[in-house]
Amino acid sequence: MFRQARWQYDKEKIEPLIFELSEEGKIGHIIPEVEKEIKDEIGNPEDEIPPNLRRKDLPELPQVTEVEVVRHYTRLSQMNYGVDLGIYPLGSCTMKYNPKISEKISRDRRVQEVHPLQDERTVQGSLRIMYEFEEFLCKLTGMDAFTLQPSAGAHGEFTGLLIIRKYLKEERGESRKEVIIPDTAHGTNPASAAMAGYKVIVIPSDEEGCVDIEALKEVVSKETAALMLTNPNTLGVFEKNVREISEIVHEVGGLMYYDGANLNAIIGKARPGDMGFDVVHLNLHKTFSTPHGGGGPGSGPIGVKYFLEEYLPVPRIRYDEKEKRYFLDYSSKKTIGKVRTFYGNFSVILKAYVYVLLMGRYLKEVAELSVINSNYLMKKLLESGEYEVKFKSVMHEFVATPKNWRAMDVAKSLLDKGVHAPTVYFPLLVKEAMMVEPTETEPKYELDRFYDAMTSVEKDSPRNTSIDRLDEVKAARNPILSWRMYLEKSGTSG
Amino acid sequence: MHPFLPNLPKKKEMLKYIGKDMNDLYDRVKEFIVDIDLPEPLSEMEVLRKLDGILEKNKELRLFCGGGVYKSYVPAVVDEIVSRSEFYTSYTPYQPEISQGLLQSLFEYQSMIAELLGMEVANSSMYDWGTSIAEAMLMASRVTRRRRVLLPENISPERRAVVETYISGKLKIDEYSYSRETGQANIEEISEKIGEDVAALYVENPTFLGPIEERVEEIGEIVHKAGALYVVGVDLLSLGLLRSPGDYGADIAVGEGQPLGNHMNFGGPLLGVFACRGDMKLIRNMPGRLIGMTESKSGVRGFVMTLQTREQHIRRERATSNICSNEALCALATAVYLSLIGPKGLKRIGERILSNSIYLRRKINRELGLDSPIFNSKHFRDFTVKYPVEVSKINELLLERGIQGGIDLEAIGLNRVSLLSVSETHNKEDLDFFLSSLREVLEAI
Repeated sequence: MFRQARWQYDKEKIEPLIFELSEEGKIGHIIPEVEKEIKDEIGNPEDEIPPNLRRKDLPELPQVTEVEVVRHYTRLSQMNYGVDLGIYPLGSCTMKYNPKISEKISRDRRVQEVHPLQDERTVQGSLRIMYEFEEFLCKLTGMDAFTLQPSAGAHGEFTGLLIIRKYLKEERGESRKEVIIPDTAHGTNPASAAMAGYKVIVIPSDEEGCVDIEALKEVVSKETAALMLTNPNTLGVFEKNVREISEIVHEVGGLMYYDGANLNAIIGKARPGDMGFDVVHLNLHKTFSTPHGGGGPGSGPIGVKYFLEEYLPVPRIRYDEKEKRYFLDYSSKKTIGKVRTFYGNFSVILKAYVYVLLMGRYLKEVAELSVINSNYLMKKLLESGEYEVKFKSVMHEFVATPKNWRAMDVAKSLLDKGVHAPTVYFPLLVKEAMMVEPTETEPKYELDRFYDAMTSVEKDSPRNTSIDRLDEVKAARNPILSWRMYLEKSGTSG
Repeated sequence: MHPFLPNLPKKKEMLKYIGKDMNDLYDRVKEFIVDIDLPEPLSEMEVLRKLDGILEKNKELRLFCGGGVYKSYVPAVVDEIVSRSEFYTSYTPYQPEISQGLLQSLFEYQSMIAELLGMEVANSSMYDWGTSIAEAMLMASRVTRRRRVLLPENISPERRAVVETYISGKLKIDEYSYSRETGQANIEEISEKIGEDVAALYVENPTFLGPIEERVEEIGEIVHKAGALYVVGVDLLSLGLLRSPGDYGADIAVGEGQPLGNHMNFGGPLLGVFACRGDMKLIRNMPGRLIGMTESKSGVRGFVMTLQTREQHIRRERATSNICSNEALCALATAVYLSLIGPKGLKRIGERILSNSIYLRRKINRELGLDSPIFNSKHFRDFTVKYPVEVSKINELLLERGIQGGIDLEAIGLNRVSLLSVSETHNKEDLDFFLSSLREVLEAI
């Protein structure tokens, strides 16, 4: 039996907003006053603010004490579900266990209290970690060079496409206009392609759930800049014709882009670099166990084949053999530039680095167990007779359709049993889709618990969560996006 | 056996149930299976020791550089809350009923940021300040259907590089210069360069080089007269003392949230702050996730992700941005931080930064005889100083004394000029130590 914490304040609300706890004169943290000797020396500091720019009314931030802040956010944390509480099988999100030692190391002062513009000699530790991690990723993916700069998967996609665009322009003088994307792709693929200035060409899947080769042949042309492929794809199916796909795309001069969202299925066993991919992105917050943080921070490194290396963002991280020193190299003339300030989400990269040390050759087992867990669950659900799975040759995830319920009702019923729902209504080509990725870190009994929940669906859920079913239509129709908007709309503001 | 692989001992049993062996499961992949040479795994104890050895090569210095990332004090409560694994092991709250904690926290974050910036709406985060500016330019272009943007010549080179990469091939960048004497934007040039084809003008206040941009209100009027959007980037910790961008006409306000409750972490993760006016046309064109208030079936107030038809998972190639994973946990840290310090704490942090800055530059000027700041303007935090020799030489000698000196501005044409920075964590002793060290260095060269 599951009951999520519900800190009910009154009939209309659960935990109040922190603004509603505010009372004039309370303070949650003491900032020391300006030191007297400094004050004596400089006089009134506000003389240094141009009179026309002095803030008259302070921003209406909440005024609460430390104990109230701690209680408020601790209560809110209790009304939130995470991997540390149970299975979180969002498809293609790879919600695996986040090792605690990685968290501990990331809180070291020598990690947290280091400024990105410090002299290189004083950040050799950070640079070494990034350098070695890039090398490791090359080995693991079969690519020739990596950058750790992108902050998330979608950021990596955008970076990769800019690299492709610049390469085609500079090496071949071409301005190709199209990027081909299968209909099973994540929304970030077409969105990234559009941001990089490309027209998106969507191709259908065949009866196996894979790229329809004939359809691909029809759309490739001299305008094809790249094909973006997730492999295994979002149906959990490995594109076994990937070599042929690569040949078709390369034949017309296009490049192959690998979306690493589902690398977990093949990590340590097979490498995108051997499948004809020219650019890959990885998601450290998926495959490499770093926490998803409620939405981020993530990290989306990009790997490329040698002929694209000079186009990677700057700075690159290098090692000077003679001086025995790591350094930041901005010298590349062909670089696409920078896709964010500084060098990447370092503390996330550090956690991924720690993870590969902890796993070593067991990374292969990660892949195999992720595939076993998913196939085990799929078989059980098929045998229950309650679910259909259209594409059954799956690896680490599968897409099921409930026979007797709506996917959304199943999802909400799962919540009531202390189980996070899979991704629902995606991919679009499966009706009432439920995209299940258990990951390798779920014990068998947790898979069984998930199965039980999936096969005992109840109506009118959720009831055991902190709140009952929320009205998303109302939220969109009458947007209240801040405390200030709330006050204005409820007519309580002066 | 492995601590993260509970079913490793059950492999055979589970395969038997599935009715396949490993080769069957990897049948479609078989031509790609290779033997990757992977090391033996390390135990936690060994990993700790190894990392300790590596991190020994990182040095914690007395910092006098900034550039958007600042050593700011992170209250113990902040670290404690963001370490709660109910928060950090969750993901984007696709199932709102079981994710109210995070949704409400992010709504509070949006509210506090909006309040701080004088705007109605803030999104629940971008990657960093640089990408926030870039996305603001793209948003302005969508709203106005125009394709030229104006950036200040004295924008941070780091941020400018990001904007260039993001909008290359889509929008044209033009630049307006600043006065070499005052460091203020050349307004006449703005008037000349703005036109009916300009989507947005971006201004930083204080500017990257330190001066408080005094005529921001006037600039805003010029921008609006041309029908363009006014985008303002600020040091958020200046907003206890300085007027908010919303108050002087900004349509979009951006900034770096790292100094509000987040550690520096060698420059990442950071927190891109992004807010706009409460105009539905603007809101519908915003990038990133938005959390909105709603009601449950039984009439209880709750929070959900909203206006998702802007986003990539619904709108695909017509989305306002490709962003999916963002910096939510950093946003949570900032919400906790702002709740703790409150309006008075914010003001006091501003006073400390400003006072430390004035103290340091005045002493450098009066006691060490250096030109500082080189611009005849009011400054908030960062400020320039002109050295008699190359900045690199001074910084080298400061480093011997455990100090990281300021940013060398040679690359943007200011030879022998360093951009120094302070935070509220500095006390008089730190500042005096810097002064006495710099004195020694100047005597030694």
